[in-house]
Amino acid sequence: MPFEWVVAVRFLREGRAQTILILLGIGVGVGVIVFLSALINGLQDSLIERTLGTQPHVILRMPDDAVRPMKKAGADELVMSRLEEPAQRLRSILRWQQTLDEAAGNPRVTAVAPLVSGAAFALRGNANKSIALRGIDPERYRAIIDLPARLIEGTYELAGDEALIGVELAKDFGLETGDKVRLTTAGGKSEVFLIKGVFDVGNKDLNERWVFVPIRAAQTLLDLTGGISSIEVKVREIFDAEDVAQELGRVTGLSAESWMKLNTQLLIGLRSQSASSVMIQVFVIVAVALGITSVLVVSVVQKSREIGILKAMGTTTGRVTRIFLLEGAILGLAGSALGLMIGSGLALFFASLAKNPDGSATFPVALTLVLFARSALVATTVGLLAAVIPARRAAQLDPAEVIRYG
Amino acid sequence: MADPLMSLLGVKKSYGEGVARTEVLHGIDLALHRGEFAALIGPSGSGKSTLLHLLGLLDRATEGRITFDERDVESLSDDERAMFRGYKLGFIFQFHHLLPEFTALENVVLPMMALAGKEKPGMRERARELLSRIGLSDRMNNRATDLSGGQQQRVAIARALAMKPLLVLADEPTGNLDQETGHQVFELMREFNRVEKTSFLIVTHDQRLAVQCERVIEIVDGRIERDEKRS
Repeated sequence: MPFEWVVAVRFLREGRAQTILILLGIGVGVGVIVFLSALINGLQDSLIERTLGTQPHVILRMPDDAVRPMKKAGADELVMSRLEEPAQRLRSILRWQQTLDEAAGNPRVTAVAPLVSGAAFALRGNANKSIALRGIDPERYRAIIDLPARLIEGTYELAGDEALIGVELAKDFGLETGDKVRLTTAGGKSEVFLIKGVFDVGNKDLNERWVFVPIRAAQTLLDLTGGISSIEVKVREIFDAEDVAQELGRVTGLSAESWMKLNTQLLIGLRSQSASSVMIQVFVIVAVALGITSVLVVSVVQKSREIGILKAMGTTTGRVTRIFLLEGAILGLAGSALGLMIGSGLALFFASLAKNPDGSATFPVALTLVLFARSALVATTVGLLAAVIPARRAAQLDPAEVIRYG
Repeated sequence: MADPLMSLLGVKKSYGEGVARTEVLHGIDLALHRGEFAALIGPSGSGKSTLLHLLGLLDRATEGRITFDERDVESLSDDERAMFRGYKLGFIFQFHHLLPEFTALENVVLPMMALAGKEKPGMRERARELLSRIGLSDRMNNRATDLSGGQQQRVAIARALAMKPLLVLADEPTGNLDQETGHQVFELMREFNRVEKTSFLIVTHDQRLAVQCERVIEIVDGRIERDEKRS
């Protein structure tokens, strides 16, 4: 073992109470960091997962009809115009097969699905309800939103005049798998569908409004024969979505919106949550660093005689410096090991306190290896940096003085 | 006579700046020889300790020239001086100054490790051999703090000799020991001087101790007042 290591370890071991107290201090600090990160990351992951459970990462649509004044101002003319936005009609994406292939060919895209969506009414007996009609290709669509996993009854099959409805609509209309429901559009087209399954996507509104039918049936009902209204895209990295959306928008000339744009409030919320968590962590780290520094400064003063002796017998300034830097790093590393246990224990305890009815945790915690490695690295680095001042003091000790007055 | 082991030429040392400047050593000329067993005496405040620190390369002279083992040590860098101390000098201090965190054996191994950077084979054997020669083979795994004053001072001698130095500087080595123990410690140093031909310079108040040395150097008010050899 290197000389510096032997001396540093022995100094720490013989520091007993001092070493134990500062280790506890670092442990609690790192524990707070681990606990906070685990909780906030877990919470954010689950929030995003819930949001993206019912949303594609990117959605491509036809751009809105542009509005132009009829008359342009000539050289000596002044034109006052009042522009009236036209009502946007449902239009098909032009050459959508080609666009679909283009989007699918993007390396950052993992799945694409065509969609025909529009407004319709569901009728049963005297009751009618406004619904969102969604014509899908079941095989492609499941890659965007995992509908099969959300079925609470029936099967994930769509062909001909079959439909999947949400649990709220099923309840309101008293429907179940095998029943029939009539869907009518404002254009006057109407069709009876056989219910193949009932889903619950975890959102009351969508459970009430979404009705999935085969793409062809939707095209007929919405008068969009051969066309589609949007392309839904799934990307590899969810936070790349906005970037990918802009790229796809440029390439295809379509209007492309990412989940990030559609959920700005959520993202702002998540970001400010992360920011406050980072602030707390930074202050905890500063407190831990100050603790390590002060303990080591005291220890340098206490050990000034020994440092003097070590120098007198030929220990170079560099070695003396390294002894104290090592002490800081060892304290940081050992303290973070303790902190990982404290933080994980706290997080798991917290997660076990609050459970959803289905047994899953209300506060999901994300205890990942990356988090552990990062915390240990941070604590060790902080320990090392916190030891710089004490180490420098030790290195500057004048052996002659220490020996004379020690 | 061969080249002196260490020689001082017109060495002055002062502390402080400007008006507060006080000169402690006013031009010292001194030569220490190989294998010598010398005593440095003088009243307190005479500059003994300052001279010892200059000889031990723990401090630098304000003026003058110091050569040790044919090298001008004043021109060396701090790290080079540290190496010089480690390989060629040994220190024994009044308050023994062992490292309390370590055992007697480890205290003797430490200087060897400090120079090599890590423990190497043979270091522990060397330490054991030294400790048995000073009669502490049965206490070597005791903590430094579990040893009596005399035992600690003997360990300090073993430590000073670990690297087979050319010169051992001892600052009041028997100062806080009773007469009997002090005598044993003195005899031990004398024996190492005879057997290993290591030079010793012992700073002491004790006249009885001084008269047993081959040479007595007396310093008064920063000047060498007397320098006599005995046979």
